[in-house]
Amino acid sequence: MTGRPPAIALAGIDKRFGEVHANKAVDLVVAAGSIHGIVGENGAGKSTLMSILYGFYEADAGEIRVAGRPVNIRAPREAIAAGIGMVHQHFMLVEPLTVLDNVMLGAEGGALLAGGARRLRAELDRLGRDYGLVIDPDAIVGDLPVGLQQRVEILKALVRGADILILDEPTAVLTPEEADALFRLLKILASEGKTVILITHKLREIMAVTDMVSVMRRGEMVATVPTSGTSPSQLAELMVGRRVLLRVDKAPASPGAVRLAAEGMTVRDGQGTPRVDNVSLSLRGGEIVGIAGIAGNGQSELLEALAGMRPLAAGRILVDGTPLAADELDPHKLRGRGLLHVPEDRLRMGLVPPFEACESAILGFQQEDRYGSGVIMDRAGVVADTAKKMEDYDVRPRAPLLKTAKFSGGNQQKLVLAREIERQPRVLLVGQPTRGVDIGAIEFIHRRLVALRDEGVAVLLVSVELEEIMALSDRIVVMCGGRITGERRPQDTDERDLGLLMAGVDERAEAA
Amino acid sequence: MDWLSTGIAVFDSGVRLAVPLLFACLAGLWSERSGVVDIGLEGKMLVAAFAGAAAAHATGNAWAGLGAGILVSTAFALVHGFAAISQRGNQIVSGVAVNMLAVGLTALVGNAWYKQGGRTPPLEGAARFEPITLPGADAIRGVPIVGPLYADVISGHTVLVYIAVLATVLTAWVLARTRFGLRLRAVGENPAAVDTAGISVMGLRYTAVVLAGVLCGLGGAYLSVAQAAGFLTQMTAGKGFIALAALIFAKWRAWPALATCLLFGLLDAVSIRLQGVVVPGIGQVPVQAIQALPYALTVVLLAGFIGRAIPPRASGLPYVKER
Amino acid sequence: MSAAPIELPRWVDLVLVPMLAVVAAFFVAGLVVLAIGENPLQATALLLRGALGSGEGIGFTLYYATNFIFTGLAVAVAYHAGLFNIGGEGQATLGGLGAALVCLNLEGLPGWLLAPLGILASAAFGAAWALIPAYLQAKRGSHIVITTIMFNMLASALIVYLLVNVMGRAGSMAPETRPFPAASHIPFMHVVLQGLGFPVPASPLNLSFVLALAMAVLMWVVIWRTRLGYAIRTVGANPTAAVYAGIPIARITVIAMLISGALAGLVAVNEIMGVQERLLLEFTAGAGFIGIAVALMGRSHPLGIVLASILFGVLYQGGTELAFERPAITRDMIVTISGLVILFAGALDGIFRRPLAQFFARRKGA
Repeated sequence: MTGRPPAIALAGIDKRFGEVHANKAVDLVVAAGSIHGIVGENGAGKSTLMSILYGFYEADAGEIRVAGRPVNIRAPREAIAAGIGMVHQHFMLVEPLTVLDNVMLGAEGGALLAGGARRLRAELDRLGRDYGLVIDPDAIVGDLPVGLQQRVEILKALVRGADILILDEPTAVLTPEEADALFRLLKILASEGKTVILITHKLREIMAVTDMVSVMRRGEMVATVPTSGTSPSQLAELMVGRRVLLRVDKAPASPGAVRLAAEGMTVRDGQGTPRVDNVSLSLRGGEIVGIAGIAGNGQSELLEALAGMRPLAAGRILVDGTPLAADELDPHKLRGRGLLHVPEDRLRMGLVPPFEACESAILGFQQEDRYGSGVIMDRAGVVADTAKKMEDYDVRPRAPLLKTAKFSGGNQQKLVLAREIERQPRVLLVGQPTRGVDIGAIEFIHRRLVALRDEGVAVLLVSVELEEIMALSDRIVVMCGGRITGERRPQDTDERDLGLLMAGVDERAEAA
Repeated sequence: MDWLSTGIAVFDSGVRLAVPLLFACLAGLWSERSGVVDIGLEGKMLVAAFAGAAAAHATGNAWAGLGAGILVSTAFALVHGFAAISQRGNQIVSGVAVNMLAVGLTALVGNAWYKQGGRTPPLEGAARFEPITLPGADAIRGVPIVGPLYADVISGHTVLVYIAVLATVLTAWVLARTRFGLRLRAVGENPAAVDTAGISVMGLRYTAVVLAGVLCGLGGAYLSVAQAAGFLTQMTAGKGFIALAALIFAKWRAWPALATCLLFGLLDAVSIRLQGVVVPGIGQVPVQAIQALPYALTVVLLAGFIGRAIPPRASGLPYVKER
Repeated sequence: MSAAPIELPRWVDLVLVPMLAVVAAFFVAGLVVLAIGENPLQATALLLRGALGSGEGIGFTLYYATNFIFTGLAVAVAYHAGLFNIGGEGQATLGGLGAALVCLNLEGLPGWLLAPLGILASAAFGAAWALIPAYLQAKRGSHIVITTIMFNMLASALIVYLLVNVMGRAGSMAPETRPFPAASHIPFMHVVLQGLGFPVPASPLNLSFVLALAMAVLMWVVIWRTRLGYAIRTVGANPTAAVYAGIPIARITVIAMLISGALAGLVAVNEIMGVQERLLLEFTAGAGFIGIAVALMGRSHPLGIVLASILFGVLYQGGTELAFERPAITRDMIVTISGLVILFAGALDGIFRRPLAQFFARRKGA
């Protein structure tokens, strides 16, 4: 490195979104001409920090210097002017337009398009030759595979003459070969003096391409170290943090028969991308199986598909050994067979925020006879039923008529748990049971889940909290990129090992 | 050659009837391509028709009428824009409100001013747009087919008819060939992409909404100052909604909009022509069926039975930065 | 249907914001009155006296309100399912057709049978006109706002065709049917009350008003006390939760629209069977659109809708009287005010909500 001032120097960046403190007085220095990685778990504040640098959000406090000069970046326009380009995780592309149109947007070079288009065609041609970023400028972006769409995003930044390129989780959508090609490109760019900031949660990538790496955890910048002086295990530890381990007293499990199984299950999203990719797993009565993984690696889709909320693209689901027909894959019918579901996102799915608590407390069971006869609902019965659940699960305030949205996260969650657990499930699917829940409620929820297991219920637990997975599970299944990357028993593993599996690295398999 | 002269007459009146549809359709095109749904085309045309007739009557100048129509229509467009863009309010509700306000205000004010049951006094002379005879029209009228076609269908309209065609050309050209057009096409599909490219989403949308106001103003003024000689209550008579149907039919594109509006105008002309005509074997022609055809076709199109009409992806959605 | 809601105390949300919207609408309307050279305060006084100053006036007010209760409930039921039914006008028109077909073709039936059949036919035809847009929304994702607009236009073309070419009164130029048999008539309120020993002045107010109130109560029961209402509200408030709960969204969408269309169709009971006793053009007189204003103002709650309907009934009746006294202020004033109420209550409510939310947040914080 030469005597150039740092490409980026952030000091004391602070940002809150309502209750959420996304960035806590973050400092960051990125040397010019380097590739600088930023790692951290989901929600650690990486993307927020970069969005502030790009002017998409405004920081509540803090200072930004670009190439030594203090700058005031309040809008993307000012970031672009300062030489910053960004490749967003969710591409900022206009799908029905051509590649050329997308690249030109905001960099038209005049009121008429013809001149700018000619210049940009030449420029795209040159970039194609120099960097191997070949693309058909007249292709419709929406028709391109995601790898090429990302190329368009990179070209957008390069065409604007960006000196600093921020990439947010760029490999999430790439095949390993495409990712390798991207890394080669980043190295070339850095060797030409450009600065690259790479946000990722994949440690292997950090080790492979970066010069320096910064670790964020819960909104804070916890460390910045030279990549050559660190290791994946050290980074994994920094990312997760040395937390006070939760201890949940539990006796050894005594698993019974298989109650729920998936065979070769594949689930696609609306765009046709497989989110769950050929997954097989089984769940026995009397055990808790924990699914670990970084958010967005297919766990949510797995859970929802098992609950009958998403159609299967391939494979099948078996309940008590019998495969489900397509029309049986319905939340209502599965509920009837004792398969209950505490969904990951209680506000979006598990509850109806504008409803009274007692109405949310029967969601999914609204057809049951005990809540009314015929078409009319027995309101007094529903209220009394909810009052009892609130008592049993210590939901506060004990107000069945209060709007669901007015309860705290922990109390909302208890309401959902009360609703599902109280039905004597045979299988319980649980997603993020303690997300946004206070400490006291966490303990309560954990004890309930273990008690259920001891009663012989088959529990499938999806959580991004590793300690929760470690504390509760009898078996741990790790997912990455929609696939199962490994299975461990909690006594045979540690957070480092799981962290590597979550990043798609199986040290044991590699050692074997 | 009676059928020929009938055909020419029907085509001629089809063109006249298509013009207000075309203005409104292009207005909707600008607004919706920017992501602002506009079901208030009808209302904006109506206020423009009234303001146009009132101003033309007061000044005796058709152009002053046109200017007033455009101004008032644009003012209504800005109310819709403020609700839809700045306030992030419900765009459908706002459009319904504009339509009702237009019906109420024009009749109310018209009656208060002129005391003729909501009509404006008839416009005469320079207060109206007069037909223009294109060069050579009379000279080639004698040539079979081409002659009458040029002299009666193409020539002989008011200047606003030619402005409508010009507006189509300009719309197509600006959208496809200019910086503003590119940005506008982008903002209706993915405002976040426009925002991150350093361009103001609000600025683009307000510009589009104002353009919609200007075009509805032209359409409204055409109705009262060119096609008719004055304002009648509710004289738009659903043209704003047919324009909306045409917009969907044209899949939000300028040239297909021209074609669709001509088709719908022609249907209207045919139905007027067939009023009361008895066809042997069928009986009286159900002209309402022909008039209703644009609406029925639009429903069929929306149902996806004949192709698919996919609106700009971000239309109807207020732009809020994602958290 | 719109951007993120702004949290406000319940009474502010249900009472204060709609009131402010009405005040703003009246303020702007007052400016219009000033602009055409009249005195807004005097106009208001005349309007109120016309609507509420006499028994006859009150009768007319409630007669108008009846229509708005039906269409307001129609808009509200759809809204609870997350749907915007702009098609009330067309559905009401078809309701008229249903009533006419029954009343004209089943002439021999006694009144106790004919009138209920007419009511059922009104509701059924209104529902049928909502069915296609509902189905296309539920199964093919066709935007219900556009399809219901198109169905409004189709309904008016259809009714013109039928009245001119098929059902028109023989030997008459007016596009209307022959009169219905007397047996199908919905009794006037003043006649009924007279019979019960309460003489009141004559007005077009008829038993449809009681039907409308019954529908308001019924809608309250259906929406808040039945499993169907639970499903409708879940689909409207949180479609993902509806999927989670196993509620069939497509079916609920269709059912909600059928109920909505049926309610709109009942306008015909008041207008066609109660007052006109024949089918004629444009008997709906914009009630379908006023229903949007009423539902927005009444916050989609039956009680709010009844109150808002009476307010609009006052405007209609008072406006008619006002137009009589002050010819410059025609009944179009009512349409103007309705438009303004829709604008302020439904699209510009943020201008009241945002400052109010700030005010209450600050007060809570202090």
